Amino acid sequence: MSALTQSRKRMKIWRYWPLYLMMLPGLAYMVLNNYLPMFGLSIAFKDIDYRKGIWASDWIGFRNFEFLFKTEDAFIITRNTLLYNGAFIVLGLGIAVVIAILLNEIRNKFAARLYQSLIILPFLISIILVSYLVYAMLSIDTGFVNKTLLPMLGIDSISWYSEPKYWPYILTFIHLWKGAGYSCIVFLAAIIGIDPEYYEAARLDGASKWMQIRTITLPMITPVITMLALLGVGRIFYSDFGLFYQVPMNSGALYETTNVIDTYVFRGLLQLGDVGMSSAAGFYQSIVGFILVLGANAIVRKFNKENALF
Amino acid sequence: MDKENRAWQWASHTIMIALSLLCVLPFILLFMASITDEKAIVSEGYSFFPTQFSFQAYKYLWMQADQILRAYGITVIVTVIGTACSLFITSLLAYPLSRKDMPGGQAIAFIVFFTMLFNGGLVPTYMVYTQLLDVKNTLFALIVPWLLMNGFNVLLMRTFFKTTIPVAVLESASIDGAGEFKTYFRIVMPLSLPILATVGMFQGLAYWNDWNNGLVFVTKPHLFSLQNMLNRIMSDIQFLSANSNGSVSESLSQMPSETFRMAIAVIGVVPILAAYPFFQKYFVKGMTIGAVKG
Repeated sequence: MSALTQSRKRMKIWRYWPLYLMMLPGLAYMVLNNYLPMFGLSIAFKDIDYRKGIWASDWIGFRNFEFLFKTEDAFIITRNTLLYNGAFIVLGLGIAVVIAILLNEIRNKFAARLYQSLIILPFLISIILVSYLVYAMLSIDTGFVNKTLLPMLGIDSISWYSEPKYWPYILTFIHLWKGAGYSCIVFLAAIIGIDPEYYEAARLDGASKWMQIRTITLPMITPVITMLALLGVGRIFYSDFGLFYQVPMNSGALYETTNVIDTYVFRGLLQLGDVGMSSAAGFYQSIVGFILVLGANAIVRKFNKENALF
Repeated sequence: MDKENRAWQWASHTIMIALSLLCVLPFILLFMASITDEKAIVSEGYSFFPTQFSFQAYKYLWMQADQILRAYGITVIVTVIGTACSLFITSLLAYPLSRKDMPGGQAIAFIVFFTMLFNGGLVPTYMVYTQLLDVKNTLFALIVPWLLMNGFNVLLMRTFFKTTIPVAVLESASIDGAGEFKTYFRIVMPLSLPILATVGMFQGLAYWNDWNNGLVFVTKPHLFSLQNMLNRIMSDIQFLSANSNGSVSESLSQMPSETFRMAIAVIGVVPILAAYPFFQKYFVKGMTIGAVKG
């Protein structure tokens, strides 16, 4: 009996061979690009010696991690990554919600569409071009800020690319500038989806615009806000490499406030040739990042199964 | 009530105009700076209203046209081939996963989904591509690593196939004797143009704007994409003249370096701004096309 069902099952699978064949290129790519590197994380426990080859290099246990966490860098990159991403999540969502509400209020549809198109512009260009725009603003001898803006306010020139204290504000501003216009689209869609009858009923009861926003719009889009916030928390250990590497022009004087895990790993691997340190930091990022994703998802599930990722 | 409404309109327009200007003005500054005279830059800096205009920077760009066009060519090739291959393998993986009748679909969907939760990061990926595959300084390096396919797009397409292509259509095709491949290319693909356009546009943008693969895997200037060339010029303004073959280097001393920087950035921005009106429609649509669930 069981032999019969088994052979029937095999027949069924055989019937679908064209579908399995279709999936082959994609799955092969995932093995190469995603799964092999996952196993490759084990090189964090090795003393990589290119002459011996990666596979033959010696296992050294946790020595790379010992070195990494003894340095001051481990603390700095963790702190920077968490603080920047925390600020990005809170301010990013806040500003996107405000923009979405304002865009929704605008009655002139042509104007609303024009504004939306314009504020998405920064999202389209590469971070390399963003770094050129920032350079035009902040260049020490020729920048718009030092040559036009600060003199108007009667302030002396600031050498932006060697003063770390300004960069938390600069980078946060650039992140919001580049991303807020785009992320407001999700909220705008959610707001447009709200049943207009709620607002009509509220108007009949004499509720002001402000009241309507507070008691109808915001509560209705709260699930979307929560979901995006938790997705952000799940990715809080990963940062936008380009923003932290290209925009400050890889300036060593700024590392204190611009070095994050991703830039540290990159510099260790490709500029300093310190593979051990670099792979240990990468391992730390992958594992903690994974735990955070699972944690964030568990929290969402607890409140609302519908919004959970899995 | 009416008065309140008007106040809201005024406030909304004012804030949105301010934000729009904030997003647009840096581009205008970039352009104005690129057509400013180099001497004026030294005294007054990059300005929206330069006192002296000059196209010297563009003339200089023109002298390096062969290298710039080459970088453009690389970017175009990578974008076209990359996007096409990406759409092909992504949709071919997504379609079977949308079929509820295929055995093992759940498990494979999880394999795809898991890549969104956990990844090896830069170092192991770099090792796979350089030690195992040796892609350094090849066109593959600009197309394959990281960019070619991602779990998110696969699941996005799967959701689309699941929700918009009726099972009855697939069944009747199968009864008519169409094989799976024929069904896919003749029926599923034509019905899926919206999702293919959306994912294709995001992929195209990702390839066009990519500099990371070039930075990690490419050291030879003749393989630099537009973004990599821009990246290098930022730190090394002499990059182009150092790489050209002799005849241009006599003008090295008179290079308008500060305006040249801006002019080359303008060259990088213009294609995106020019193409934007055409793909804008898909852009907003793509963002709202539907949630992905594992």
